[in-house]
Amino acid sequence: MNGIDRIDKKDNGGMFGFLKNSPSTDEFIKGLWRENPIFVQVIGMCPVLAVTNTAVNALAMGLATALVLVMSNLLVSLLRNFIPKQVRIASYILIIATFVTIIDYAIQSISVELYKSLGAFISLIVVNCLILSRAEAFASKNGTLKSVLDALGMGIGFVFALLCLGAVRELLGNGTLFNIPIFADAYQEWIIMILPAGGFFTLAIWLTVFNYFKLKVKKS
Amino acid sequence: MIRKLHLATSPHLKDEEQTAHIMRELIYTLLPVLAIAVYYFGFAALWVVMSSVLGALLPEWIWKREGLKDGSAILTGLLLGLTLPPGIALWIAFLGGFVSIVVGKLVWGGLGQNVFNPALVGRAFLQSAFPIAITTWNNPGGWTSLYYPSNLAMPFMQSAHADGLTGATPLSIMKFEGQSSDIMHLFLGSTRGSIGETCGIVLVLIGAYLLYKKLINWRIPLSILLTVLVGSSLFYWMGTGFANPLFTLFSGGLMLGTVFMATDPVTSPLAPRGIWIYGIGIGVLVLLIRYFGGLPEGVMYAILLMNAFTPMINRFVKIRTYGHKK
Repeated sequence: MNGIDRIDKKDNGGMFGFLKNSPSTDEFIKGLWRENPIFVQVIGMCPVLAVTNTAVNALAMGLATALVLVMSNLLVSLLRNFIPKQVRIASYILIIATFVTIIDYAIQSISVELYKSLGAFISLIVVNCLILSRAEAFASKNGTLKSVLDALGMGIGFVFALLCLGAVRELLGNGTLFNIPIFADAYQEWIIMILPAGGFFTLAIWLTVFNYFKLKVKKS
Repeated sequence: MIRKLHLATSPHLKDEEQTAHIMRELIYTLLPVLAIAVYYFGFAALWVVMSSVLGALLPEWIWKREGLKDGSAILTGLLLGLTLPPGIALWIAFLGGFVSIVVGKLVWGGLGQNVFNPALVGRAFLQSAFPIAITTWNNPGGWTSLYYPSNLAMPFMQSAHADGLTGATPLSIMKFEGQSSDIMHLFLGSTRGSIGETCGIVLVLIGAYLLYKKLINWRIPLSILLTVLVGSSLFYWMGTGFANPLFTLFSGGLMLGTVFMATDPVTSPLAPRGIWIYGIGIGVLVLLIRYFGGLPEGVMYAILLMNAFTPMINRFVKIRTYGHKK
């Protein structure tokens, strides 16, 4: 988590600086850039590396996770005064699992194809440490509105990061973007990009790019 | 008084420009390999090697690292080019050189910090990114041929001339059809294969020269080749269907990898006993992958895997410093 410490708390919020005028909106925008779950906190790596081989998968996974995150943060912050401290983690898991089950059935009914390509990773949202960490670190200590805004910001930041990876990997590995062919028929696919190794490569390159710009912003 | 004395730990005698000197020597010794490749495969070999060298120089130039001055980027590009098939598209060779330097060297912190041999990192990347292009082996075209049509594919595009005169390497014939090749062809190099790996005799001579000049540690080639020789002899005499030991020694990239890649001083262990563990490990892995694995050739993965073990070997097998007991 040393990424968080290094960031100057007085920065202008990156590209979303114009939104920063009240504490509540700050809870929202911090997840987009300053405390982005993937590029700064580097948590919830399992779906990031596993299901970003196409942009569609990345978008679906991101949206599913974001939805679960918002709902679980809402419920956890509502129930935060009723949950005994000793069993709070188990209670959070129960709340999260409820919403994951709903999402699981929802995706199954929307598109069986998508459901198959995401595989076990929908069920694994239950143990996504991003959701658990927001419940434990934020929703259990803050009011409902703040918690929902926090979840929205983190969720959108998560979708954005997954799309960054998914787009690059699909473009290089398959020559398409959202299943639309971008290159000509003779495009030479980089098979490695849709393999797990490509996920690590792409994540590393994006982290490099984001850190480079963050340092540049900090210096100026 | 004591301050006027020059106090320093050993070494006290230093040779100027060690790294650059070794790199230059290694580059010169690779030129005969390239020349013999041009004799067999035509100028395509030269174009492929030049593309990978340019690809290796580009990141060094962009990020202004020391690799431009000491020649290590040229060496990496040269070594990578020699492990590629002669008919590969030039843009793929260029990309391989780029990845070699960026992923294999610069991200670790530059020369001397990398865990894996940079040229083999680039080749492993190409192997998993373009598995078909890198296992398409053109027939040797002779030194009069200027290029293979598949060399000239547009960047990011497949070759339009996929059906040139291609075939299997001696190792794949052995693996999938169980037939050995003429050892004489393997010695002389008139077989299909990667640009620099086919001519066994030249590689043996260059290895001997490098040993004579003490540019490579004699324990590394000796331990690898002994392990492969003993292991393949055992298999040859005990079971049926295994290649004979000479074929195993001289086919594929074993000689090239043993002489030029396993001996990389950065990625091999320091202590003599550690080097023996490293070399025997490479030999065993080569035999395991070739005889029981899914791939016909395993030298690249064997060396990369033992590279990964090198820090651990260095931790457990320490050099005995002078004046200390064991």
